[in-house]
Amino acid sequence: MSKLTLADLKKLRDEKKKEMVKREEGKTTQIIIGMGTCGIAAGAKEVFDAFLDEIDAKGLTDVAVTQTGCMGKCHVEPTVEVFAPDMPPIVYRDVKTDIAKRIVNEHLIDRKIIADHIFDKPADILK
Amino acid sequence: MDKMINLKINGRDVTVKAGTTILDAARQIAVKIPTLCWHPDLDPWASCGICVVKINGSSKMLRACTAAVEEGMSVITHDTEIVEVRKTVIELILSAHPNDCLACPRNLECELQVLAAEFGIREMAYPAIKRNLPQDVSTTSLVLNPEKCVLCSRCAKVCQDVQGVWALEFLSRGENTRVAPAADVSLNDSPCIKCGQCSAHCPVGAIYEKSEEHVVWNALRKPDAYPVVQIAPAVRVAIGEAFGLPAGTVETGKLYAALRQLGFKAVFDTNFGADLTIMEEGSEFIDRFVNKNGPLPLITSCCPAWVDYLEKFYCDMIPYFSTAKSPQAMVGALSKTYYAQKMGIKPDEIFMVSIMPCTAKKFEISRSREMSSSGQKDIDVSLTTREISRMIKSAGINFNSLPNEECDSILGEYTGAGTIFGATGGVMEAALRTVYHLLTKKELDNVNFTDVRGLDGVKEATIDVSGTQVRVAVAHGMAHIAEVLEKVKAAVAEGKETPYHFVEVMACRGGCIGGGGQPYGANDEIRKARAAGIYKDDEMSKKRCSHQNPHIQKVYEEFLEKPLSKKAHDLLHTGYTARPEYRW
Amino acid sequence: MKYKNYILICAGTACESSKADEIYRNLMKELDAHKLLNETQVLKTGCFGFCEKGPIVKVLPDESFYVHVKPEDAKELVEEHIIKGRRVNRLLYNKPCEETNVAKKLDSIGFYQKQVRVVLRNCGFIDPEVIDEYIARDGYAALEKVLFEMSADDIINELKTSGLRGRGGAGFPTWRKGMFTKDAQNEEKFVVCNADEGDPGAYMDRSILEGDPHSVLEAMTIAGKTIGANRGYIYIRAEYPLAIHRLEVAIKQAKEFGLLGENILNSGFNFDIEIRLGAGAFVCGEETALLASLEGRRGMPVPRPPFPAVKGLWGKPTLINNVESYANIPAILTKGGNWFAQFGTESSKGTKVFALTGKITNSGLIEVPMGITLREIIYEIGGGIPNGKKFKAVQTGGPSGGMITADYLDTPIDFDNLIKLGSMMGSGGMIVMDEDDCVVDVSKFYLEFTVDESCGKCSPCRIGGRQLMNYLEKITNGEGTDEDIRKMRLIGHAMQMASLCALGQTAPNPIISTLAYFEDEYMAHIHDRKCPAGKCQKLIRYFINEKCIGCTLCAKKCPVDGCIKGEKKQVHVINQEACIKCGECERVCKFKAVVKI
Repeated sequence: MSKLTLADLKKLRDEKKKEMVKREEGKTTQIIIGMGTCGIAAGAKEVFDAFLDEIDAKGLTDVAVTQTGCMGKCHVEPTVEVFAPDMPPIVYRDVKTDIAKRIVNEHLIDRKIIADHIFDKPADILK
Repeated sequence: MDKMINLKINGRDVTVKAGTTILDAARQIAVKIPTLCWHPDLDPWASCGICVVKINGSSKMLRACTAAVEEGMSVITHDTEIVEVRKTVIELILSAHPNDCLACPRNLECELQVLAAEFGIREMAYPAIKRNLPQDVSTTSLVLNPEKCVLCSRCAKVCQDVQGVWALEFLSRGENTRVAPAADVSLNDSPCIKCGQCSAHCPVGAIYEKSEEHVVWNALRKPDAYPVVQIAPAVRVAIGEAFGLPAGTVETGKLYAALRQLGFKAVFDTNFGADLTIMEEGSEFIDRFVNKNGPLPLITSCCPAWVDYLEKFYCDMIPYFSTAKSPQAMVGALSKTYYAQKMGIKPDEIFMVSIMPCTAKKFEISRSREMSSSGQKDIDVSLTTREISRMIKSAGINFNSLPNEECDSILGEYTGAGTIFGATGGVMEAALRTVYHLLTKKELDNVNFTDVRGLDGVKEATIDVSGTQVRVAVAHGMAHIAEVLEKVKAAVAEGKETPYHFVEVMACRGGCIGGGGQPYGANDEIRKARAAGIYKDDEMSKKRCSHQNPHIQKVYEEFLEKPLSKKAHDLLHTGYTARPEYRW
Repeated sequence: MKYKNYILICAGTACESSKADEIYRNLMKELDAHKLLNETQVLKTGCFGFCEKGPIVKVLPDESFYVHVKPEDAKELVEEHIIKGRRVNRLLYNKPCEETNVAKKLDSIGFYQKQVRVVLRNCGFIDPEVIDEYIARDGYAALEKVLFEMSADDIINELKTSGLRGRGGAGFPTWRKGMFTKDAQNEEKFVVCNADEGDPGAYMDRSILEGDPHSVLEAMTIAGKTIGANRGYIYIRAEYPLAIHRLEVAIKQAKEFGLLGENILNSGFNFDIEIRLGAGAFVCGEETALLASLEGRRGMPVPRPPFPAVKGLWGKPTLINNVESYANIPAILTKGGNWFAQFGTESSKGTKVFALTGKITNSGLIEVPMGITLREIIYEIGGGIPNGKKFKAVQTGGPSGGMITADYLDTPIDFDNLIKLGSMMGSGGMIVMDEDDCVVDVSKFYLEFTVDESCGKCSPCRIGGRQLMNYLEKITNGEGTDEDIRKMRLIGHAMQMASLCALGQTAPNPIISTLAYFEDEYMAHIHDRKCPAGKCQKLIRYFINEKCIGCTLCAKKCPVDGCIKGEKKQVHVINQEACIKCGECERVCKFKAVVKI
């Protein structure tokens, strides 16, 4: 990657912002797993793998699984935020590998929210 | 001009240079702030917490030893709260200290004891914290007793910052912190050069000279032994301090008398050995300087701590070292050869004791096989000034009222050149006086080479000897030597001419007068006073150049033939070996 | 098949009792009546932590937030909101400060409702190992401004306007540090980030570095530009492998993008950052000890002045800030000092990240505006004390802080108020204690930590800490005396006054604050030989009373052989000599026959 100039950086930012907005608006499917030390200690790495395996198994394409830092909800780790087209963004709590499978099957495929694992989403004061 | 700062201390106006600490500012107007870890030779470490003071308008306390004065500051050095805090800190320190003062080597000379007395400690306020740490008695010279250590850091600071040796370091942390060589090796396996500055700077009895008074007492008791003694140049100007006299008082005569009263059958003077050293080392210099027989600069070797340091840290420079033994070792060797022959005494009956300002001299007497050139140990025991003053006291000898006596003639009489060996620059100055004569066959009109005197860490001078320029350097305080040696090494590496022809090194600040075995309490003021005593002794000497000493001339005529002769080489010279800094 | 709407009903204990179930049934009935069940999913969720407004109903995806919903409102909600798409204004939640009853989209409640995320703005949003995501959220925009638009004085003025104070503990104004270092005359200067987080229970900095490493890199580069430094060091404890990894990745990416290194964005400014690992000594969080350790020396504090701004790393002027302080800076420069200063109190601006732990329902990392009360943090964000226990105190400032009691729960939290209460902000650990916690025992815990972590340099801390520890042990063993309390106060005062660094000066704080607020508890230990919280093992006894039916369960579970004796169906007896006070018998007894006194 070549080094950026000021103009490159601004351009890159605009592009990436649009991508982010798409995600926020639920135009793309994305699973974001909280992978701070707290999340990993609670099993986030296994959950990450479980998502990949299950998405593979169900032949889903176009689902991005990514990591993020601690969302602050250490008492309900691992936490996973799911963006899916035409569905509200949902943060799930206490996501173990079995719940990850359920999220793929129920949330992504059946379009049903898994009631007993909903948590809420951080306030975004900077938005 | 220095920026000046105006402040108030206890309501009194004071004006001092910017950057002055509150402690120093207070001292300037004779306000005493108690301290324990602070030492004038060292950068403040600020660990003990006793020198706390208040600034008017603030509820916090500051350490006077490190806090710099500020314009308009109003310092309070004592009030009920400050005294209470200081006393509590002292009581805490005492709770972690064995408090076995009566059996302590620092009894009556302990700074913690003084603080406890001044603060009116009447009970141990807090339960004792026992640590059960072993003593380190591995070296010939020093005892490290970590149980008594108050972790003031002075020993480590002087070892690292002033001496550049880094033998002592803090190990562990928190309440387990202790001072010991890195990696917890014994002192003897560490880079320690036995200079004893740690012991001279310790405020308590945590590190001290390995006492050998009992060995000497036993020798004095043996009917078949012939105990003899020699005293080093620097001892005569410091021994008086142990008997309440001001630093720098020259007490050679009283010391001779005291030694005879202790039972020594002959009293020699290391100054005689110093004159002899000059003959050998001076001739060695001429040999290298004129005849190009060996590399320059010639580096002096009379300081055993320095010898140890060079063997460990600069072993690549061994060829530059003078092979001449130290004056102590020369007198030792001659006492059991020349003197024994002349007096018809069996060498093995002679028990040679040296009185030195130095703890490394205890190490020197057995540092290599050349130290037994007479066929047995040339010197049997080396005592420090502190040890001999204790012996004199325990014998009940009233030192101050003793008559001045003379030393025994054969290994005793000395010139002013011999006596100045005790101060930094002295060996160089003494050597130059004789080198001038050896090169020119003339005598100097003015024998004083003042450029090499004084307490600057590195002193350089160029001396004109009948048109030949002799470049010399003098370093003291072991950490300063790097500056000189690195210059020499750089010149060698670049193929340039050596920056110096002759280099004098003494491990301790001020030279032997500031040695690690001298009476406690040395600071630059005391070093200057002791050095002044040395130069006074020089000036009062009838002869001030070693080659003029008739007894030296006689010993060559009768015994050694000439400087650097085979016999001189066997008895008065030594060799050096590269040694590792750490032995595992 | 997919749903158009999702209706979430809070079904926590509080809302449940406020008829959440009935609302659920009514909603289902209404939806069924309108044949909407295949378009709308109705969900019962866990507590939103906003119980005083319950029952709560949230409609997604437009995130309408309805409060005080009654079962009979179900019909209107379905007919208006679900069918016609019009919000039911009378039920919408609105913040009290808002003048009109406008529809308020709330994507945060409970845990997040009281929070303001400046420092944690990206934590939980972006992939910390993808620089693009940071850039997309205005990352490196502040650096752009600094490199091309702002002078060093502008930057410092902006920080001054923001009122940002150091988040590492002492709260020194960040702009002043920056100015001192900028004004120090030297060819070489350094920027250092203190990531040696060590308070027990605190992990703010770790989370920031793990979740948003670029924010710290960007801030350090800005700091370098401001003071005229070209090199920065992050001193981080080796126990934070993930944070280290993320930092390494971030540094690599920033260098690839030309946001670190030579000639950043062609501005002519060079800046490099290196990571240095610490061995995890708590004292190395003290800045002078940190610098010593960074230089490869033993981590021991030295007196200040001189401050690092004048004489720091390798004797050169050094700007040293902690992770959280740095993480604030890009946001301040992007949005302006005034924006930042809108949060917080007069003397303490902005937000503070706290690690909320201990006896608290929602433990976690929170970011709140300064000036928030402890009550809001503990009860609204933290969800109160679990298991119906009574709040006793909260410890702020970690082992250097003090305990704050229920009487002061409504004090607005800022640097100065906490000090007035005998505690301190510290780096942001917040440990909540309930009635089962013994203050003497807790003080002992903290002191044990500081005694262990003392560097051993200065005597008040090294010896004073040990002596205090011994007294606390004596008291918790039931051997304390009034004289011990007097001596502890003396030692504590001497440590505060005569210790060299903040570790020693603050080490007695937990004791001094508990002696101030809970002296009676100490007295109970000393005079009555009792631990009121039942925590100090030496002072408690377990007895079996007449409620015992002789089921023998306790005797079977007791780890000490033959300690509990008794025939079947007979009242059992505990041998007090043998009892190790593990409390297992009390836990297993189904008849409440085992009592602790």
